[in-house]
Amino acid sequence: MSKADATIEVTLVDAGRLAVQQEMRRDPTVWVLGEDVARGGLWGQYRGFLEEFGPERVVSTPISESTIMGAGLGAALVGTRPIIEMRIFDFVMCAMDELVNQIAKIRYMFGGQARPAVVVRMPHGMWRNSAAQHSQMLESWFVHLPGVIVVAPSCAEDEAGLMVSAIRSDDPVLFFDPKDLWPLTGTMPAGEIAPIPFGKARRLREGKDLTIVTWSAIVPKVSEAAASLAEQGVHADVLDLRTLWPWDEAAVLASVAKTKRLLVVHEAVEVGGFGGEIVARVIDQLGPSNVKIAKRLGAPRLPIPFSPPLENQIRVTVDKIVAAGLAAARA
Amino acid sequence: MSKTKGASRTSASGHNLARLTDLYATMVRIRSFEETALQAHKASEIPGPLHVSIGQEGVAAGVCANLGRADRITSNHRGHGHALAKGAEAGRMFLELFGREGGYCGGKGGSMHIADFSVGMLGANGVVTGGIPIAVGAAQGLKMLKSEAVVVCFFGDGAVNRGPFLEGFNWAALFRLPVLFVCEDNGVAAFTATASVTAGPGVMARAESLGVTGLSVDGNDVIAVDAAAAQLLADVRSGGGPRILHARTYRWTGHTSTDAAAWRVPAEVAAGKAGCPIARLRTTLSERGAKDLDTIDAAAAAEMAACRATAHAAQWPRPSTAFDDVQDIGAVRHV
Repeated sequence: MSKADATIEVTLVDAGRLAVQQEMRRDPTVWVLGEDVARGGLWGQYRGFLEEFGPERVVSTPISESTIMGAGLGAALVGTRPIIEMRIFDFVMCAMDELVNQIAKIRYMFGGQARPAVVVRMPHGMWRNSAAQHSQMLESWFVHLPGVIVVAPSCAEDEAGLMVSAIRSDDPVLFFDPKDLWPLTGTMPAGEIAPIPFGKARRLREGKDLTIVTWSAIVPKVSEAAASLAEQGVHADVLDLRTLWPWDEAAVLASVAKTKRLLVVHEAVEVGGFGGEIVARVIDQLGPSNVKIAKRLGAPRLPIPFSPPLENQIRVTVDKIVAAGLAAARA
Repeated sequence: MSKTKGASRTSASGHNLARLTDLYATMVRIRSFEETALQAHKASEIPGPLHVSIGQEGVAAGVCANLGRADRITSNHRGHGHALAKGAEAGRMFLELFGREGGYCGGKGGSMHIADFSVGMLGANGVVTGGIPIAVGAAQGLKMLKSEAVVVCFFGDGAVNRGPFLEGFNWAALFRLPVLFVCEDNGVAAFTATASVTAGPGVMARAESLGVTGLSVDGNDVIAVDAAAAQLLADVRSGGGPRILHARTYRWTGHTSTDAAAWRVPAEVAAGKAGCPIARLRTTLSERGAKDLDTIDAAAAAEMAACRATAHAAQWPRPSTAFDDVQDIGAVRHV
């Protein structure tokens, strides 16, 4: 279709759209259900789909989260591959039985008879002063849940490649779109979008002084902070995990074995966040004497407030990341 | 009369002696299965909670007699009868109840999670109302795939007070999905009289308000259940959208096998048992000259006793199989 080295520039939202479109063209059993998807989705993730694929495969639903989730599961049990659009992550709370008790359990408790091949799309994170019910990142809850894959990309290329993998996966995939980054542009190869395997981190920057592990919407800030740290003589090895279950433990361990210093940065609340699991695994696997410092940086344990100065107060900022990086490098 | 496609038999008149005898045999097998399971549970052969459907056999038998293998069902926590009537094997069900190797779920599900996808039984469910969204989704998927199969969703009267009931009925009507909702109304939600916690005139009014019409029948009259299911499934199969069958019945036992149901009013229990669906059909069949009823009873008892003995003697699952069938990617393998 095009030269191997040809690239296109796309926004993150379009990268996801192109990936879903490619897979719906490839496989007639792939379809989308959710609120407002036939008009293109809240952010244009499905723009033009109704015209191309018709109303049976691009199904705008009532505001019925339990049944959006549960019907996706039921349709998967008879051989289709639904993409279950949750509109905004926070609304999945209205479908927790269907997700946690049904989708995540059904293969196991039926002894392998069922393969719930669904993708649950859940745009998450802080987003333009949207307050406590439209801004959360609770991805660590779902890493705790056996039976599911947890995906959290941060750039256009990963959004596309991980989406292709998610749609082709026979496991249920919880796909956390970083909704604050929808307009972020990136480049990816032109032509067929190749699947990106789950459990492989992306190295954003190579360094010997400090390992920074991160994912999702905070990643651009971490990159900016790492550049600032480099100017101050601290060279960070920065890993974007891209998927949280499975997660690339091998890459993290190899990096910390080299740097001896670990900082995990996530937008989510620090207490009980996935950073704690990473820190624990690293110390457990490398041994405490081989790790000089292992720190986390996340949000304080607060609901997300509305007003801009209040929201900014609890945000993990570039300055906070730089400060945490310097402290870790010098400890 | 019936436009049923794929059903094993198409007569719904209730006058066909062979069909009535089959309905009788199905109910007797369910009754015998449940009684045998209850005994085994009391003998500590079956671990965990056990919900039996003694007294409700007419609903499962009457509805499933109108289904073919390709049709799907979803069930609830009291689902042994639905599975048997849909064609699941009693032996593999007993193995699962006992938590043994060879059970339908390899010992991972137990009584509340019996499933046999090979006969279209998409699973019992431990969460009240849990099957409704799954059933409407299965119907949507089948419609998308241009399948002629339909879905039957069994649920109890306790399910009508959860939100997914409203969502699922609205959804099925909105998308004109091929699903028959079957409300097995035994009048009691766990330990509480459903009427005491339910406002308004009940499930049929709620269904009709959401655009789902249907029939309300005496669920202990299997001939009436059979006829109503045939009529409603004909509508569903011809593209008419969802229907509801409301079947009034009676649960003879407590909520679980450990509930002796001493809390129930004796006169109510006596009246409920007097409506026994099996005894009623037996009387009808005897009047019509059916001769092999004792043989059917004895065969069911022998079958279930053998299933119990086999399950009791069967191997436990290898402990390492606890790690199987979680997920393909990211599965843990620590023992």
